[in-house]
Amino acid sequence: MKVRAQIAMVLNLDKCIGCHTCSVTCKNVWTSREGMEYAWFNNVESKPGIGYPKEWENQKRWNGGWRRKANGKIEPRIGSKWRVLANIFSNPDLPEIDDYYEPFTFDYEHLQRAPELEAFPTARPRSLITGERMEKINWGPNWEEILGGEFSKRSADYNFEGVQKEIYGQFENTFMMYLPRLCEHCLNPACVASCPSGAIYKREEDGIVLIDQDKCRGWRMCVSGCPYKKIYYNWSSGKSEKCIMCYPRLEVGQPTVCSETCVGRIRYLGVVLYDADRIEEAASTESEQDLYARQMAVFLDPNDPKVIEQARKDGVPDAWLAAAKLSPVWKMAMEWKVAFPLHPEYRTLPMVWYIPPLSPIQSAAEAGKMGTDGAMPDVRSLRIPLRYLANLLTAGDEEPVAHGLERMLAMRAYMRAKTIDGVVDETIAKRVGLTAQQIEDMYRVMALANYEDRFVIPTTHREVTEDAYDMRGSCGFTFGNGCSPGDTKTNLFSLPHKAKKAKNPMELA
Amino acid sequence: MSATVNHILFGWYPYFCLTVFLVGSLIRFDREQYTWKSSSSQLLRRRQLAWGSNLFHVGILVIFLGHFAGLLTPIWVFDALGISHGFKQMMAIVIGGIAGVACFVGMALLIHRRLFDSRIRKTSSFSDTAILLLLFAQLIVGLGTIRVSLAHLDGNEMVKFMSWAQGILTLQPDVSQLIADVHPVFKTHLLLGMTIFLVFPFTRLVHVWSAPVWYLGRRGYQVVRSRRSLAPAE
Repeated sequence: MKVRAQIAMVLNLDKCIGCHTCSVTCKNVWTSREGMEYAWFNNVESKPGIGYPKEWENQKRWNGGWRRKANGKIEPRIGSKWRVLANIFSNPDLPEIDDYYEPFTFDYEHLQRAPELEAFPTARPRSLITGERMEKINWGPNWEEILGGEFSKRSADYNFEGVQKEIYGQFENTFMMYLPRLCEHCLNPACVASCPSGAIYKREEDGIVLIDQDKCRGWRMCVSGCPYKKIYYNWSSGKSEKCIMCYPRLEVGQPTVCSETCVGRIRYLGVVLYDADRIEEAASTESEQDLYARQMAVFLDPNDPKVIEQARKDGVPDAWLAAAKLSPVWKMAMEWKVAFPLHPEYRTLPMVWYIPPLSPIQSAAEAGKMGTDGAMPDVRSLRIPLRYLANLLTAGDEEPVAHGLERMLAMRAYMRAKTIDGVVDETIAKRVGLTAQQIEDMYRVMALANYEDRFVIPTTHREVTEDAYDMRGSCGFTFGNGCSPGDTKTNLFSLPHKAKKAKNPMELA
Repeated sequence: MSATVNHILFGWYPYFCLTVFLVGSLIRFDREQYTWKSSSSQLLRRRQLAWGSNLFHVGILVIFLGHFAGLLTPIWVFDALGISHGFKQMMAIVIGGIAGVACFVGMALLIHRRLFDSRIRKTSSFSDTAILLLLFAQLIVGLGTIRVSLAHLDGNEMVKFMSWAQGILTLQPDVSQLIADVHPVFKTHLLLGMTIFLVFPFTRLVHVWSAPVWYLGRRGYQVVRSRRSLAPAE
């Protein structure tokens, strides 16, 4: 047993209202730079839909994640090390920028400067890559927002596998949900594995996966390797970039920007202890549907004295062990089993988990024909097909998702009885295998979601790993080459060029 | 060409170029590693890149390795192996010719893409375009030498270049006189070749140093970095 700690995240999709505050605040902080305009470390998609980049979940097309070979070993789906190197001159599995979208701005100034015209002046789009006029914008990070676009195209969504999807194209049967997506900071990251330079690494002390910007050579294999398509190639700097889990904030005990600003309070951050020795074995599990359970078996119980003893030996600080006991992520994923990994079949053992959304009961069922399980509606008659959620979260195994949804319904029924009828009905809790106290805890953490319950983040004790005396006058966190001593205009070593953007777009038109 | 000019170009210039090549690369790697990259533009435009880049890279790698082995292997090794100079020259012409044509086609695609695709053109730095054109010019001159070579198949000219290259690397600048009387097309090829070494550290060519062959030797797949190693032992 080798105990490691990671700050993991849970997103409660039941409460996501799709406001994109997470995406926008993240963009403003991290990716509002040349070369990264098209990149969203966090974006929110409406599901069902094919998403951003197009069809990111279709690994037959993009070959992301891992593949289990006949001999039981796993290798990146883009190929063995030899194959990766053979494709280095031209990567066949790399999305083109049009699969994301061509970044653009608008000719806002035209609105102010236009002379008197017969037609109302408009601000037309202009490419941020070429500076040229764009006639039509075709895609974006939330292009299918609230079921935008035809069902025939949206229904190419991979999660419809095994679902009779045609009926969901009808207006009265339609359903939707939001899926905010960011780097999963996986236990078995495929991006790390596919980086030929070894520039991507997982931090031992908090599990954050980072790209060393100095060591990245722009071979762009990580973009293909990541099945969540959450590594972005910066076309201006020639380096790949990804979500950094706001590590400068996490290290001082603050939540990530996306979590801090979430108005629906759907995001949770907490410590999860795991056994680093069992990662490979779990990721190599034969059946894809077992991967969810096998990943849970990699997690270690923070209350187990043996785990605590070994964790201390392995250098996990006491503050982290204390935080692990209070971790909302542990509670939701392991204790209540209402949170699930995103696409465990990719074999990356992701560490951003999702609570599936409840949805309204089918209208047909409302007319007295509703399937019920005692006092509670049957989760199988919820509007979002169970299989759809299972394809998203448990490799198609419906039972765990149904179980989680039942517990969420039970929490509602229990609290409704308690607060409206004034009755504490323990049988509701018992029926879903919980105690009344656990339901009350669930209510506090998931429904009330107070700040201190959502974010239990121990600080990283940098003071014991760095000598602050040596760091006097250093430049701190910067983007790109910010710490470079050179600051001349000659750019001897081809620094990222500055795009030839029109100062006043109208002068080009 | 006067003996003095010849000596400057083929006795001194190589050392100037090699020095800048090595020291420049070292300084860039040490001080500006953020700029050390392949500068791939595949994300912006896939079209023409698959064929162009593969043909170009495979072609130029064969040509580079051919030049490297062909010029720097001591002549006595070939003699000991019983490979005649004429045969070696023919081999160089055939292999170099095939690889050269592949490289030519690839570069033509890449140059067309770089100059006429507005996404690529607008995001190219001066050095991106210049190095591509310089390599293309060098390739054309190199292919041009084949015609001259075919006029004398005994391998004697080739041996001159081998002696010159080996002499330069063993710090004997006087070897410049060995190639004083060779055809101008060869001289042009040598000068352009040395110039490529000269500009190497200032272009995207530095990614050649970082060819990630070490990836094949990585044990397992995962990379973990720890800051705890600095922590005092308990």
